[in-house]
Amino acid sequence: MTQPTIEEPLGGAPQTDTTVPPSLPPQLSPKSIVRARRRQAAGRAWSEYRRNSIGMVGLAILVLFIAMAVFAPLLVPESELDVTKATGTPFSPPSAGFPLGTDESGRSVLALTIWGSRVSLLVGFLASVISVVIGSVVGIVAGHYGRWTDSVLMRVTDWFLVIPFLPLAIVLATVLGPSLANIAFVIGITSWPGTARIVRAQALAVTSRPYMERSRALGAGDWHLITRHILPNTVPLIFANTVLIVAVAILSETTLAFLGLGDPLRVSWGSMLDSAFTQGAASIGAWWYLVPPGVAILLVVLAFTMIGQALESVLNPRLRGR
Amino acid sequence: MAAISARTFRPSAGQRRVAAKLLGALLSLAFVLVFNFFLFRVLPGDPAKNLTRNRLVPAEQVQVLRESFGLGKPLHEQFATYVKDTLSGDLGISYKFRRPVSEVIGERIWPTVLLLGLSTLLSTAIGLWIGIRGAWKRNSVFDRVSLGASLTLYAMPEFWLGIILLIAFGVGVGSFPGLFPTGGLSSPNTQLASMGGIVDVARHLFLPCLTLTLAYIAEYALVMRSSLLDELGEDYLTTARAKGLRDALVLRRHAVPNALLPTTTLIFLNLGFVVSGAITIETVYSWPGLGLLSYEALRTPDYPLLQGVFLLFSAAVIIANLLADLLYAYLDPRVRTG
Repeated sequence: MTQPTIEEPLGGAPQTDTTVPPSLPPQLSPKSIVRARRRQAAGRAWSEYRRNSIGMVGLAILVLFIAMAVFAPLLVPESELDVTKATGTPFSPPSAGFPLGTDESGRSVLALTIWGSRVSLLVGFLASVISVVIGSVVGIVAGHYGRWTDSVLMRVTDWFLVIPFLPLAIVLATVLGPSLANIAFVIGITSWPGTARIVRAQALAVTSRPYMERSRALGAGDWHLITRHILPNTVPLIFANTVLIVAVAILSETTLAFLGLGDPLRVSWGSMLDSAFTQGAASIGAWWYLVPPGVAILLVVLAFTMIGQALESVLNPRLRGR
Repeated sequence: MAAISARTFRPSAGQRRVAAKLLGALLSLAFVLVFNFFLFRVLPGDPAKNLTRNRLVPAEQVQVLRESFGLGKPLHEQFATYVKDTLSGDLGISYKFRRPVSEVIGERIWPTVLLLGLSTLLSTAIGLWIGIRGAWKRNSVFDRVSLGASLTLYAMPEFWLGIILLIAFGVGVGSFPGLFPTGGLSSPNTQLASMGGIVDVARHLFLPCLTLTLAYIAEYALVMRSSLLDELGEDYLTTARAKGLRDALVLRRHAVPNALLPTTTLIFLNLGFVVSGAITIETVYSWPGLGLLSYEALRTPDYPLLQGVFLLFSAAVIIANLLADLLYAYLDPRVRTG
C-alpha cells in the first residue's frame, strides 16, 4: 500500500514536501486530512475505551475465545471429533484423560467445546455482517430519501420487528435446510430491523444539519451526501450496535442448533447442547456434558455485551458521564 | 384532551393515530398470510407427496390430495382459497397427528397460556421491583449485584438455564434427590379437577415457570432501571423535593409512574421474546403447550402444523403490539392529545 507523503498533517510536525516551496504551507490533499482526522478520532476513542474497565475485561475474554477458535486445530487434533475414533467410555465423568468427561459416543467434551467455538463465533459474525449491512442500507436509504421510500421501508422494518423472531427463524430454517450458511442467513435476515431504526434516526438527524444543505447547494448528489456525510456520522453508532448484534446472533445460533436446525456436520455449542439433551444427558445427570458449552456461550455473550456497552458510552456522547 | 367539535366531525390527532395503528396491524397480519402462503409453495417437494411419504398410497388418492391443496390451479386462485380457508379457521391437516391443525393447536393453547401468563406476571413484578430499587439506590451493593446478575441471566440461553435447573431440582445431584417432576403437565392417572390434581400440576409447573421467570426478570429490571434513571435527572423531582415531599413519596408518586410508561408497553412488546422462550423451555420440560408442539412439528417436519403455529404466534404478537400502542396512547397524555 502506498502511504501518503504527508503522514500526520494535524498531529505531528509538518513535513516539507519537496515539490512545494518552503514559504508555502504544505499541500494537504483532502483525503489525507480526512484520514488523519479519523485516525485521531479512533485514537481518542480507544484511549477513552481503555479507561473503561468493564469493556477491557470483555475484550480480554473475547480475545481469549477468538484465539481458541483460531488455534483449535493446534490445541486438539480434528480426529478427536470423529465418532468412530472415540476412545473414551460414553458419558464418563471428568477424569485425568478427559478433563471435562465424555459425550454419548465417548468423545472428549473439552475437544468438542474447543472446536464448537469455531462454528458458534463464525455464525455469530456472519449473521451480524448480514444483519448490519441490511439494517444500515435500509436505515440510510429510508432516512436520506424520506417520503414514500421511507414509509415503505419502515413498514417492512416494522413487520420484521413485530414478527416473533424464533417462530419466523424456525419456519425459514426448516424450509432452507440445515447448513452453516443458511443458519447465518436466517439469523441475519431476522435481526436487522433494530439497526435499521437506529441508523435511520441518525441519518435523519444528519440530513437536517446545515452543512448538508450547503453541500447540496454546491451540487452534491445523493451518493456523495450518503458516503461523505451520512455514513461517516453513523458509523460509530453502527459499530457499537454491531457488537451487541453479535451477542444476540450467537445466542440465536445456539437456540436454533438446540432445536436441531444447526449444521449436522459441524460441532457448535448449540449442537452439543442439542445432542446432550436428546441423548438424555440431563436425566442421567451428566452435567459435565451440559455445563462447558453453556458456560462458553455465557462468557462470550457477556463479553460482547460488556464491550458493546463500553463502546456505546464512548461513542455516544449523550450517554457520557452516566 | 382535545375537544372534538360537535358540528363537523374531524378526527383528532389521537384518533388518527389509533386508526393508523389499526391499519398497520392489519397490514402486518396480511403480510404474515402472504409470507405463509409463498413459503408453503417454495417448500422442497410436492406437498401431496410429503403427506403420503413412506406409505403406499394409490395414485388416485395422491391426485385427490393434490386437488384439495389446489396445486393444479393458477397461483392467484390458490391464494384466494388459502386466504378463505385460513380466515375460516381451516389450517390444513397435520402430517404427524393426521388431524386438522386447528384442532391440534386448540388442545395445546391452555398450557402455554398458563405457563407464559404466570411467568410474565412474576417476572414483571420482580423485575420492576429490582429495577426501581436499583435505580433509586444507584451504585449500592444491591444495585451492583442485581445489575451483574441481570446481565449474566441475559447472556444465558434460557433453555440451558432450564436444563441446569432440571438436573439440580428435577433429577437430583448425587445423593440429593430431585424435588420436582422432570416433565409433563401432570403425573399419569391424576384427576385434574381435584385438589390433588391442582397441586400436581403446580408441582409440574414450578420448574418451567421458574426458568422463564428468571430468564425475563433481567430484561424488565434493566429497562426499568434505565428508565427510572432517566426520570431521576428531571427538574420536577427537584421541585417535588423542594416542596418538602419525603423521598419515598417523590419516588412513588412522581418518578415511578413516569418511568413505568415505557416499561408497561415493553411488557406487551416483549411477547415475541416470551413466545421464543416458550418453545425451548416447553421442549426441555416436555410441557404440552404450543412451544413443544412447534418443536415436534419442526422435528417431523410437519409443515402445515408449523405454519399454523407460526400464524398463531405472529397474530398473537401483532395484537399484543397493537394493544401496547393503544395503551401507550391512553397512558401518555402527550400522545393522547397529540
